[in-house]
Amino acid sequence: MDGAAILLRKELVEQWRSLRLPLTVVVFALIGFASPLLARFTPEILQAVGGSIIPIVLPKPTAADAIDQLAKNLTQLGAFVAILLASGAVAAEKDRGTVALLLVRPVGRAGFLLAKIAAIGLTLAVSVLVAVAAAWFYTLVLFEPLSVPGTIAAGALDWLFLMAWAALAFLASTLTRSSLAAAGIGIVALIAVGVLGIVPALAAWLPFGLIGVGRALALGLDPPTVWTPIVGTALLITACLGLAWLSFRRQEL
Amino acid sequence: MTGATPAIVARGLTKRYGTVLALDGLDLDVPAGSIFGLLGPNGAGKTTSIRLLTGLARPSSGTATVAGIEIGLDRPELHRRLGYLDQDPRFYSWMEGRELLELTGRLSGLRGAELTARVAEVLDLVGLRAVARRRIGGWSGGMRQRLGIAQALIHRPQVVFLDEPVSSLDPEGRRTLLELIGGLRGETTVILSTHVLGDVERVCDRVAILDRGRLVIEGPLEALLAEHARPIFLLDPDPGQEPAVATLRARLADAAWATDVTAAPDGRLRVVVSDAGAAAAGILPLVVDAGVSLASFERARPTLEDVFLELVGPPAPEDLDGRGFVRPREVAS
Repeated sequence: MDGAAILLRKELVEQWRSLRLPLTVVVFALIGFASPLLARFTPEILQAVGGSIIPIVLPKPTAADAIDQLAKNLTQLGAFVAILLASGAVAAEKDRGTVALLLVRPVGRAGFLLAKIAAIGLTLAVSVLVAVAAAWFYTLVLFEPLSVPGTIAAGALDWLFLMAWAALAFLASTLTRSSLAAAGIGIVALIAVGVLGIVPALAAWLPFGLIGVGRALALGLDPPTVWTPIVGTALLITACLGLAWLSFRRQEL
Repeated sequence: MTGATPAIVARGLTKRYGTVLALDGLDLDVPAGSIFGLLGPNGAGKTTSIRLLTGLARPSSGTATVAGIEIGLDRPELHRRLGYLDQDPRFYSWMEGRELLELTGRLSGLRGAELTARVAEVLDLVGLRAVARRRIGGWSGGMRQRLGIAQALIHRPQVVFLDEPVSSLDPEGRRTLLELIGGLRGETTVILSTHVLGDVERVCDRVAILDRGRLVIEGPLEALLAEHARPIFLLDPDPGQEPAVATLRARLADAAWATDVTAAPDGRLRVVVSDAGAAAAGILPLVVDAGVSLASFERARPTLEDVFLELVGPPAPEDLDGRGFVRPREVAS
């Protein structure tokens, strides 16, 4: 695991110098700031744009709308960013030919993969932290204070949600030599899991179930179920990483 | 480090890619501490052999050990003992040269003052100290190749695989690198893959020649030269006697002891013979008969190129594809 720690440092430096880390944080910060703002001012924007043609009557926005807006942005733009981050992790190294430089060293392939996914996890964790902190602050300013422990729990669940897509794209990245193909597979997986969510028996176990739980916790409500989507998502992530390792350890470089 | 225990032992090492037979039953014993030349034309199986022995590819059949460790994918114990330079080395363009050496040194177990000292040492060794703080993205091909050699040697491995290590170097860089490789003799086992035969002659103790995936011959360089290189005579005619030289060339080619007669661009005749004694006695009378005056006449020392051409020879027409390249060997899948 010593080698994995050395490679994790290299991954983080690479993410910083390639601007992936700062750009991801900026995107998530924008999501965090914009979500409460959009929730607060959407009725007024709609009124200003189309109110003179069609009378638009919308209920007064609340903190719940801010949280819903944040969840919507994270499940769409956030998931897309997570897929992009993970899709090049292994495929780009194979495509560039740099993977052999590292793997002729006494570092196991499991350590190589672990460093990669840990760096992605850390980048997403920092980004989600910034997004949730920004959303919490603007919700406080524009609406009312949210539960701090509940918001932190919601942030953790958002992170787990994003890690599910990152893990799927990461698996694709180990199976192919093309970052583009891996991103495509990740996006198809995102859509496919979304479609599976139509099945009521499955929906609670899928990553999308985390968003509802996070919403309830942030608003200080009792979610109907907490552990089902967490266990389901953790199993999905574990399966993706396990399959990635099983595939990668047998690959010729 | 030189000793009776071979640094590399391969038995029946075979690699197939679908129906293409890239390496066919390689048997090899490389003595520890030797500088071992792996020779062959393009597609001979040199890079495949190195990829198998470094654990980057998996053999279809056969076994091998490197520094006493069985080869295979994902073998940290194997990789602790070897260094590797790819024929087309790729690095992280965002890294500085020094950072890359620190990374590869750390991954190989070096730490603290030992790492710092070793990075400085290998930077000096390959002449990159002045640019070590510059990002690799802006480096030339030759500089990258020297960096590749530095990272292969950073942890003082027992066995170093250098796949075409001088292909991007200028003549001075090539000379320096060959001296560097020569300096490793006795301490490190070096596998040097190349098709530049002169480089092999300059530094290698032993040579293996591969052709289309098969080992043609392996042995000490001097023994191969003595055993397989045919005697060669060089005739340097005085200028301005082209018709007489053409006559001489035709008569030499007709001689029973001559196997090949070629004219170099500078006008010299190169006569490869099967019987050195008969040729030594027969060449000068033919020169006199043709009325050619010579500036010099000598028996040349056979080179590895002569051995190579003798053993590998030109490809058979049926082995060439439509563009004139040698086809890979195919087997039933």
